[in-house]
Amino acid sequence: MRYLPLTDADRREMLATIGVRSIDELFRDVPEAARREGPIPDLSMHLGELEVERIFSAYAGANLSPAYTPSFLGAGAYRHHVPAAVDHLIQRGEFLTSYTPYQPEITQGTLQYLFEFQTQVALLTGMDVANASMYDGSTGASEAVLMANRITRRSKAVLSGGLHPHYRAVIETTARWQGFFAIAGAPDVAGTEDLIASIDKDTSCVVVQNPSLFGHVRDLTPLAEACHARGALLIVVVTEIVSLGLVTPPGAMGADIVVCEGQSLGVGLGFGGPYVGLFATRDKFVRQMPGRLVGETVDADGKRGFVLTLSTREQHIRREKATSNICTNAGLCALAFTIHLTLLGEAGFRRLAELNHANASAFAERLAALPGVELVNDTFFNEFTLRLPKPAAPIIELLASQRIMPGVPVSRLIPDDPSVDNLLLVAVTETATEHGMGPAFEALKGVL
Amino acid sequence: MVQSLDRSQGRAGAPAVNGDAAPATFTGNRGLQLEEKLIFEMGQHGRCGVDLPEPVAAKDRLGALRREGEIGLPGLAEPQVVQHYTRLSQKNFAIDSGLYPLGSCTMKHNPRLNEKIARLSGLGDIHPLQPVSTVQGALAVIDTLAHWLKTLTGMPAVAMSPAAGAHGEMCGMMAIAAALEARGEGHRKTVLVPESAHGTNPATAAALGFVVKGIPADSRGRVDVAALKAALGPDVAAIMLTNPNTCGLFENDIREVADAVHAAGGYFYCDGANYNAIVGKVRPGDLGVDCMHINLHKTFSTPHGGGGPGAGPVVLSERLARFAPRPWIVRGENGWDLLEKGIVDDAAPLGRMKAFHGQMGMFTRALAYILSHGADGLRQVAEDAVLNANYVLARLKNDLSPAFDGPCMHECLFDDSFLKDTGITTLDFAKAMIDEGYHPMTMYFPLVVHGALLIEPTETQGKEEIDKFCDTLIDLARRAKSGTATADFKAAPMLAPRRRLDETLAARKPVLRWRPTNREPGDGPLRQAAE
Repeated sequence: MRYLPLTDADRREMLATIGVRSIDELFRDVPEAARREGPIPDLSMHLGELEVERIFSAYAGANLSPAYTPSFLGAGAYRHHVPAAVDHLIQRGEFLTSYTPYQPEITQGTLQYLFEFQTQVALLTGMDVANASMYDGSTGASEAVLMANRITRRSKAVLSGGLHPHYRAVIETTARWQGFFAIAGAPDVAGTEDLIASIDKDTSCVVVQNPSLFGHVRDLTPLAEACHARGALLIVVVTEIVSLGLVTPPGAMGADIVVCEGQSLGVGLGFGGPYVGLFATRDKFVRQMPGRLVGETVDADGKRGFVLTLSTREQHIRREKATSNICTNAGLCALAFTIHLTLLGEAGFRRLAELNHANASAFAERLAALPGVELVNDTFFNEFTLRLPKPAAPIIELLASQRIMPGVPVSRLIPDDPSVDNLLLVAVTETATEHGMGPAFEALKGVL
Repeated sequence: MVQSLDRSQGRAGAPAVNGDAAPATFTGNRGLQLEEKLIFEMGQHGRCGVDLPEPVAAKDRLGALRREGEIGLPGLAEPQVVQHYTRLSQKNFAIDSGLYPLGSCTMKHNPRLNEKIARLSGLGDIHPLQPVSTVQGALAVIDTLAHWLKTLTGMPAVAMSPAAGAHGEMCGMMAIAAALEARGEGHRKTVLVPESAHGTNPATAAALGFVVKGIPADSRGRVDVAALKAALGPDVAAIMLTNPNTCGLFENDIREVADAVHAAGGYFYCDGANYNAIVGKVRPGDLGVDCMHINLHKTFSTPHGGGGPGAGPVVLSERLARFAPRPWIVRGENGWDLLEKGIVDDAAPLGRMKAFHGQMGMFTRALAYILSHGADGLRQVAEDAVLNANYVLARLKNDLSPAFDGPCMHECLFDDSFLKDTGITTLDFAKAMIDEGYHPMTMYFPLVVHGALLIEPTETQGKEEIDKFCDTLIDLARRAKSGTATADFKAAPMLAPRRRLDETLAARKPVLRWRPTNREPGDGPLRQAAE
């Protein structure tokens, strides 16, 4: 077995040193009735690399990869080009196979990139401070609501109808079992909902997504002012981080907590995970933040160094009084994110955002000219909503059989609301070319 | 010999033989230890590490919300970026560097085959919301892994979506809350948690509104069964028990505990952090467990990645299966499907744990691990892990102080009584290991043992490496007891990229990001400038 260095001779010698005759003696604390003898039923014996690769090639071959087919899927996960250096660097064993930096003297690599990551996230979102990552955007959003409840000592969250339905469901699940209220608006297809009227003295926070699920880009400043006037916090969710290269950041619009899905930079689609949650807030709220934080300090020689800090918020110190139960986060995905963003830099990140917006704008105009098709949005970044003349889901199924994936039917995310059945979300990134847009346009034209 | 690092010279009360004795260098670098600025101190305008085309001319659709002003991101070219992260990586200890005995973290080798497989385009590049007809292979991977997790644990159901161990705990405890609610017994608000438990256990229970009640350990390092039974009553929702426990011991009264909890109307949550000790050998389902999370990044070797991503599927008993969160994967006439509703008629999903369907990239790697090891190899994993830990215990028992009598499972626990009267603490001892080229063990955990040192060698270390590790620890212990090297222990580490870091300073006035007002590293620490 290629991963197990002990030989039978080693094992015999070690058993002798321990002073037992067999390995079974070491398992003597296990109740006899619970011990399983012999190989695991129905599982094949150990396999070589070649055999395992064959099995997975077959699994992979049974999927249609957007890398090889026209694809305009978004709705919280976006296909972007990831520079080759990113995947090379994150596979360095010193990054890949280390753990949470509990011993800072020998994990300065991880600590420094997390410090840089925190700074980048704060800059992108326009906030003061960011943590070292959450599992993903959806769980981060749920943690943000809990944080707002702690800060305001209130227990009612108002959720925008433009919030991704999975995010909404995660928050509602947390609300149900952790004991607070989450009030969600109807799907905000037009991007015109007024949440201000929903804020009352029990409201801890308003959670709004920008750009919204349907793609609308909105000025949240009036909403932030209304929240603050009534003692509530504004939580802004961003599922497409590239938008912040072009769109006014939540911090400039008065957000108190910003939660983003960072998948677009460095991470890739990966069928939905692992991704990386970005979490940023104002300085004054930092001690109510969940998750790991890296801070700057000095070592015994006075040299600059980095450590995990403010851990008195965390479960391993505070146990039942912790701000969150989170332990492991998304370190390696945060590394991929930060390397990709470092390669882009100011100029590259802005250019990337411009490319996304221009491609999306051009394709939206073209699709909106199809007979019976309406572009729902006035504003959008790289994703928009089309109202088709008939239900979107069957059309998408049909086109999938032609190996074309023009978008995500809203009914996939909101299954029980006939009013959204004809809506299709279309995301266009820098990866779009005429080789993809042309056939997707023609295919849609053919089935409408 | 130009520069002696000979031990006898170095340790005899002369902490000068360390990095300080080396001549100062112009750069501050010391050989391969390279000082590295922050990216924000290196970047320049006009530099970029990617080449992107000009955007096409198209209508501006941003409304009035075009971002104004600079974001403040530094500009670097690709070679600079590659050098930066390569230099940072060289400041890290990792499993690939050597024995990483962090107890309860299972720092085993991460097979590179699994990295290759996870990156196959048909698995790594697919979108979570593609039509299910186009992702049949991906759903088959998830369901096949689910099948083996159920088979290995002897449990009928598994919730695959939790993103990490603590997230799995949350899911499992939500399922228990849901089951109690369905029984009309939502008033059961007490959760029993042994004092040796991971911090996540009480944090999870408290977050869900349960009242945490601690159960002491007995003199054998196991949960005190009499105290546990005395705590059981109509208010008890569940017990959260780690098995093997964090003392590295198998809770041999576990059936009795499970029966007592069940008889009192409660559920048995098992923390599966230490499952590596028993994989393929013991099925938690045979021990009376109602639910257990499995850290795929521990037992099934998905990379720890500097602190994630992990994955924490939760196996569920018959009584809890119908509360499993969305989405559910089912096999129908047209192949695999993803359902937002439950499979069984009385399904009552507790909700949704995260967006999409779980940590697919970890599922792929974990399944590759299971198939690579196979029916014979997985059992060998548990046996070698337990053998290695017992061997370490046997080799160290006369020089360090074992906390409990053996045998242990996959990790062995020591207290700090071997350091009594030396003036040297567990922390000092751990830091001295760094100078010897080892990552320290888990320190000061579990809390039930004074100055705990918890060592988990894992099965992927050979006897030669373990012997060298034990020889090193024995030497350190003897030096500590000799009384002649106390100053060295107090000053350690001296040879690492950084010496001990001032954590109090970091917490007192937190600097959590770089700002343009930062000074160059050569100007002295920012911290001093700030105060």
